[in-house]
Amino acid sequence: MASLVIRNIRKTFPNGVEVLKGINLDIADGEFLILVGGSGCGKSTLLNMIAGLETVTEGEIAIGGKRVNDLPPKDRDIAMVFQSYALYPSMSVRENIAFGLSLRKVPKAEQDATIARVAKLLQIEALLDRRPAQLSGGQRQRVAMGRALAREPQIFLFDEPLSNLDAKLRVEMRSEIKLLHKRLGITTVYVTHDQIEAMTLGDKIAVMKEGVVQQFGPPDDIYNRPVNTFVAGFMGSPPMNLIPATVVVEAGVAVARVEEHGKQAAFTLPLRHIAVSDLPPSAAPIEVLLGVRPEHMTDALRADTSHERITVHVDITELTGADTLAFVTLGGERCVCRLHPSAPIRDHLIELAVDTRSVALFDRATGRAIAFSSR
Amino acid sequence: MNRVARYALYGVLLLVAIYTLAPMWVMVATSLKSLDEIREGSLIAAPHAPTIEPWLKAWSHACTGVRCEGLRPFFLNSLLMTIPAVLISTLIGALNGYALTHWRFRGSDALFTLLLVGCFIPFQVVLLPMARTLGAVGLSDSVWGLIFVHVVYGLAFTTLFFRNYYIGVPGELVKAARVDGAGFFTIFRRILLPISGPIFMVCVIWQFTQIWNDFLFGVVFAGADSQPVTVALNNLVRTSTGVKEYNVDMAAAIIAAAPTLFVYIVAGKYFVRGLTAGAVKG
Repeated sequence: MASLVIRNIRKTFPNGVEVLKGINLDIADGEFLILVGGSGCGKSTLLNMIAGLETVTEGEIAIGGKRVNDLPPKDRDIAMVFQSYALYPSMSVRENIAFGLSLRKVPKAEQDATIARVAKLLQIEALLDRRPAQLSGGQRQRVAMGRALAREPQIFLFDEPLSNLDAKLRVEMRSEIKLLHKRLGITTVYVTHDQIEAMTLGDKIAVMKEGVVQQFGPPDDIYNRPVNTFVAGFMGSPPMNLIPATVVVEAGVAVARVEEHGKQAAFTLPLRHIAVSDLPPSAAPIEVLLGVRPEHMTDALRADTSHERITVHVDITELTGADTLAFVTLGGERCVCRLHPSAPIRDHLIELAVDTRSVALFDRATGRAIAFSSR
Repeated sequence: MNRVARYALYGVLLLVAIYTLAPMWVMVATSLKSLDEIREGSLIAAPHAPTIEPWLKAWSHACTGVRCEGLRPFFLNSLLMTIPAVLISTLIGALNGYALTHWRFRGSDALFTLLLVGCFIPFQVVLLPMARTLGAVGLSDSVWGLIFVHVVYGLAFTTLFFRNYYIGVPGELVKAARVDGAGFFTIFRRILLPISGPIFMVCVIWQFTQIWNDFLFGVVFAGADSQPVTVALNNLVRTSTGVKEYNVDMAAAIIAAAPTLFVYIVAGKYFVRGLTAGAVKG
């Protein structure tokens, strides 16, 4: 097991495209790191570089304190699980697991013991003599993990391992991966574009966009204190609402004013939990995006006295069972509110309860976070 | 479809089949007739006293120029030339295709394009430079020279076949093997070759047909002792001492064509399957 340090990593492809523009990440032994971002953000390239499958243009990668930039994949003591599973089609499951072992000249008896151990761990004992083509998606996924586990690596690398599975199996395998990590405690780097996987699995999350890490931190930091509107909009489902507003300080309290739009009247919202000292000193109103999570824009049934009430016009509602999602237009932006299924909506109007203990303010021009409310 | 149209369709198909098979029939029938029977002029009729004498003569003692040993020695020449040439060009093509798809390097696409151009170069263009080259490396007039020429000429095709097949093999498969500790040749041998059956068949059939049927390279580059059966057949048909022995000519032609026919009949279904098959599922 080992720590992983990524220092000023850059990657430029031969065609001149710079896909990674100076990445710095640092995880301790046994931690679970998530690389998350949209397609083309460079997350898979970074993973391939950690694996040694792509060359490093600039910077340093160290595993367990040892620089590995110039080591071939096999000498890095890593194991990798691929999106397409990449099982060797002409080999049985047993041979797939044994392939790496036999290449490293592990004695036959030890190989058999490893295969038995891994097969038991992943409950694939009955599949050992089958070919990959005879396995279902979930079984292939298990075998691919078994092949990686057999190696007993310092670091586990996962490249979107669940994205080829159906929704139900994905949830199942997700908790299984988490369990496995808890049990074995192997340092893990996991690439995904799915923010739910990121939130549920990671000890640390690096949110990436266009070759730059936007934010690196534990999941609740990423969720509750997003450093910019990209992170706020990327994490969470539905994502954080970003309402165009102006903020002025009245009697020592920051007050957000949202302008009238269509059927929605203008309203003001006192932000008692925003520290006025965090705001830029300005006599004029500050142009912001007010960030509120859907679960913090709810109805009377889920609110308490600390919530601020505003009456809003509901465009449409979606029933999801546990919640009802109401879509409203505030300050010209479409926003989602997470309501109790029996929340009272009359004449398209609802009294919304906004929890101002959990809001964020972003600079409207740059998208950077200005202030977070603190309880 | 109504019945009339259906009968018309089968009628046309039948006519086409007869048209295609008629020459074959004439060849087989003629090769089994004696010269006297041929002179009766009934070209299409079945032989009324079948004899294998023309076949024996074509095989072992018909004259091809000054030698009168039949096609046998040349048939063996052809085998000695074709089998190594097919295997070598196919194997190198497979390696090329593998390198061009899964170990891309700067300029690999340009190299592939250049190789493709090789498919369109007519035989005649390379005759003279190839003759000089063979002379320079001391391979002229030998079976090895012919093998060399066919390997070089076939590489463009075999590389194209394998490259197009291997491009369908997911790159993650090769990456996984690299992480497992396999190198260039181990991955080729253990991962890619075992799934290359269909395209191997395509390549072998294609190359075998091309090389076995080749006349031009054979007549130009082979020495007197290494001439392939196609050249010998030409000599046999053109060598006449007095009478023209059509039955022997026909038997010889069938003998010369038999191996390619055999390959098609045995492996033909793999040809279509290989051309249409994807490399890997799952």
